[in-house]
Amino acid sequence: MLIKVPKASQCSENQVTDEAIYLKRRQLLKQMGFIGAGALLAGSPGAHAINLFGDDDETAFNTRKLTYSQQDSAQTLTPESKVISHNNFYEFGTDKTDPKENAQGLKVDPWQLRVDGLVEKPFTLGFEDLFSSFELQERIYRLRCVEAWSMVIPWIGIPLQSLLKRAAPLSKGKYVAFETLYDPEQMPGQRNPFIGGGIDYPYVEGLRLDEAMHPLTILAVGLYGKSLPPQNGAPVRLVVPWKYGFKSIKSIVSIRLVEKQPPTSWNLLAANEYGFYANVNPNVDHPRWSQARERRITKGGLFSSNRIDTQLFNGYDEVAPLYRGMDLKRFY
Amino acid sequence: MVSRIHFRPWQILGLKLLIHSLCIGWAGITYYQAVTDQLGGDPVKAILHFTGISAFNLLLMSLCMSPLAKYFRQAQFIRFRRLLGLYAFFYAVLHLLSYLLFELQLEWGMLISEIIKRPYITVGMSAWLILLALSITSTQAMQRKLGRRWQRLHNWIYLAACLIALHYIWSVKSDIVQPALYIAMLAVLLGLRKDKLLKPLQGIWRKISTRA
Repeated sequence: MLIKVPKASQCSENQVTDEAIYLKRRQLLKQMGFIGAGALLAGSPGAHAINLFGDDDETAFNTRKLTYSQQDSAQTLTPESKVISHNNFYEFGTDKTDPKENAQGLKVDPWQLRVDGLVEKPFTLGFEDLFSSFELQERIYRLRCVEAWSMVIPWIGIPLQSLLKRAAPLSKGKYVAFETLYDPEQMPGQRNPFIGGGIDYPYVEGLRLDEAMHPLTILAVGLYGKSLPPQNGAPVRLVVPWKYGFKSIKSIVSIRLVEKQPPTSWNLLAANEYGFYANVNPNVDHPRWSQARERRITKGGLFSSNRIDTQLFNGYDEVAPLYRGMDLKRFY
Repeated sequence: MVSRIHFRPWQILGLKLLIHSLCIGWAGITYYQAVTDQLGGDPVKAILHFTGISAFNLLLMSLCMSPLAKYFRQAQFIRFRRLLGLYAFFYAVLHLLSYLLFELQLEWGMLISEIIKRPYITVGMSAWLILLALSITSTQAMQRKLGRRWQRLHNWIYLAACLIALHYIWSVKSDIVQPALYIAMLAVLLGLRKDKLLKPLQGIWRKISTRA
């Protein structure tokens, strides 16, 4: 008999409400003409405009169903409606609700993802290649934002490892530099610093090569069984579950092997607050707030927000050897 | 020449009722939305932001009353000042309570360590204490009892307003447009009072220069 002993960080059983049921319920309520006072008053959190005619079910962007190998999980997933409506993607605005509002027109097909730099075999993936060149896997990961909230998200993606191996890194390549699409015409935050929060665009990120090669690191092309919506970084984004969310760069066009530690966007903006490593660490506070705890975003309102202890490396202990001997207070 | 405005008693009553219902109603609706999960992904953040901004809005409005009274040469505006100021404190109480209840989930140790460790929380808490002192002493009985000291005490509102502005700009990650607008508004309102605010400084300056 095969006895599977799951790692502490792994999840064991799926508890999520089927999306079809979720959608049916909303549809049913609508068909019944049931619009309670709450529905009438539902507006965007910051604006407080009373939105009588808005319908947040329909978005212009077309996602597609994906085929992938599935993972079981015991963790309660963050509802899809929150995963796709609570986003930091400053290219489309600094409010959490801005990306969903402003990104629906993003053109992702055609797309070009270049893998080059210090590699033997540089290559480029087109839009279709992202979904067909590698086997897609589901990975249910905790995502911990540096702002001390977290989600549990069923990503679908490719281990970054497989991609890099195909390019055959040269021994001189020690770091991996990532870059987001630069297209000010499509991304209002890139043409206007007031919308984009004053970040210098294009957004750049980086990993050490061993971090990038770690089996937990994936390039996600989907979530909740479908391809990514633009606010979550369509068509392809990085997911490094033991690091703060801002490391998980979105809408990637370039992956480059380099010799020296590459610059990263938030580190350039405020080096004392956002380090290169950005490993989730309850013992190293952000200068303006504690990182010891986090708020898990689940379904339910004000009273159901779960406040939980933050774990070192977001609970993914298997990455600890990558940092053996490093002072994580200095290399935060 | 600006024409004089005169409110009839029923108009004053009506305006006050409007302020009451807006301030209480808006908070009620927003908390209802937060409890029923209609405030976006993170209802706690939404509530904290809403109560904080509302408190600042009301404080700025209360600071508008005496310039308006001067401009329109109509002292009746002053009759709304205390009401707006108290509602600013009401929202500041909601802000602090929400932080304690929903953000810290009643971890008192955390509250104390955060107040000590985080400068922007220290600043916010100081402003809150000033507002508390001013609210307690806002009654006419207290005004009579404190006499001239009452005005001196209530001039602390200018310090509180500056601390709140600092608390706000310090709390944001990179998007400083909105806090900057608020600081500009505050600067205008303080600018209108520059004679009053500079007077103590002038006194000090005179002392220094005569001694020299």
